[in-house]
Amino acid sequence: MHDAWIALALTLKVAGWATAINLLLGVGVGYAMARWRFPGRELVDAVLTLPMVMPPTVLGYYMLVLIGTQGPIGAWLLQHFGIRMIFTWQAAVIAATVVSFPLVFKSARAAFETVDPQLEDAARLLGIGEFAVFFRVSLPLAWRGVLAGLLLSFARALGEFGATLMVAGSIPGKTQTLSIAVYEAVQAGQDDTANFLVAVTSLVCVSVLLSAGRLVPGRVAPRL
Amino acid sequence: MIWDIDITKRLQHGSASFEMAVAFRSDAPRLVLFGPSGAGKTQTLKVVAGLVRADRGHVRVAGRTLFASAERVDLSPQQRRLAYVFQDYALFPHLTVRQNIAFATRSGWTNPSRGLQDVSVDHWIETFRLQPVAEHYPHQVSGGQRQRVALARALMNQPTALLLDEPFAALDKGLRQRLREDLSELQRELKIPMLMITHDDDDVRTLADEVVHLQAGRVVAAIDDPQGVES
Repeated sequence: MHDAWIALALTLKVAGWATAINLLLGVGVGYAMARWRFPGRELVDAVLTLPMVMPPTVLGYYMLVLIGTQGPIGAWLLQHFGIRMIFTWQAAVIAATVVSFPLVFKSARAAFETVDPQLEDAARLLGIGEFAVFFRVSLPLAWRGVLAGLLLSFARALGEFGATLMVAGSIPGKTQTLSIAVYEAVQAGQDDTANFLVAVTSLVCVSVLLSAGRLVPGRVAPRL
Repeated sequence: MIWDIDITKRLQHGSASFEMAVAFRSDAPRLVLFGPSGAGKTQTLKVVAGLVRADRGHVRVAGRTLFASAERVDLSPQQRRLAYVFQDYALFPHLTVRQNIAFATRSGWTNPSRGLQDVSVDHWIETFRLQPVAEHYPHQVSGGQRQRVALARALMNQPTALLLDEPFAALDKGLRQRLREDLSELQRELKIPMLMITHDDDDVRTLADEVVHLQAGRVVAAIDDPQGVES
């Protein structure tokens, strides 16, 4: 059973990093999209939401094209830093980040749109700088929605399979996450391993979803 | 000259556009912008506060140039040091009355704590008789108290002028007259220039030294004394 724990630890590491990156990216982009009016805004929104509806293998293929050693980003990394991204756990992080990004971005945008811009104006008039307005007014009023989105994206990253397999492969102990390990175990006819992996995965996903459910905005009365 | 305002601004309402051109000069410490809704009163006040940028013109308040397109001066709302009371008060719903009032005392990235002790915050809480509700959240206090929290919060920042957007519109009729008198007294005590917008004659009678009439984005009558409104 030792291998299952290694796969779990790797999965949590990959999903954790992906969620941390999405905390910055998804919240930043979600806020910008909620506040800035510019032509083509909904088109940008649609493009950013694409990873949610595209088949993960297609996303994985796009990523291979970009970060593979022949790809523009991959070639640049190899040439300047000697880094090969493909088939590393970092590639799995990129795959999980891209796939789960729309969940954070969408929730964050919706949450920030419920914050009355007049409250931000009130803070500005009190002499508070733009960054402080975000951390003192916008974020505290939107955090429930943002957090629910982050938990959903964490759950999505935990279960990521297709794109991860394409860019990170299935190297036991290195890039073999839980969902990939399940697939490999079933393919190899190791039913005991598969059962155990499936049970662990289900348990982790259920607990994440339960926590997310508690944080969905609107279900909790205003704080007294 | 306390108020020296001359601004033009093109406003877009869907497909219709509308040019606002508002100019007035006055030395009245208590000036009222009076007019029907849609006259551009709130837009004018927001231009003065720096929340909306005018296309051309200037805004000078109590000798300070806040905006002047010719001189390329455009102070941010943060730099203008004006107290602004929104029509529905815009209190921060996640902060207590005390934290709302103390908001401007901290300039960093965190809000004042709930247990904050600050002499000037306590002074305003007492002045506005808010001690019983100081630890409550805005949705737990009455409309009149909310208005006083908004005033206290705005005045904490040592503003150079007080801007009020229909400060009594959200209140019961019975409460309005008393709060008008309170505001009038407060303004006299603080000697702070006050610019208020309203479409209510009673506000004008109690709170105006002079009145500027706005209609469809223009000043329609010369500045006059409050009695002119009653006709």
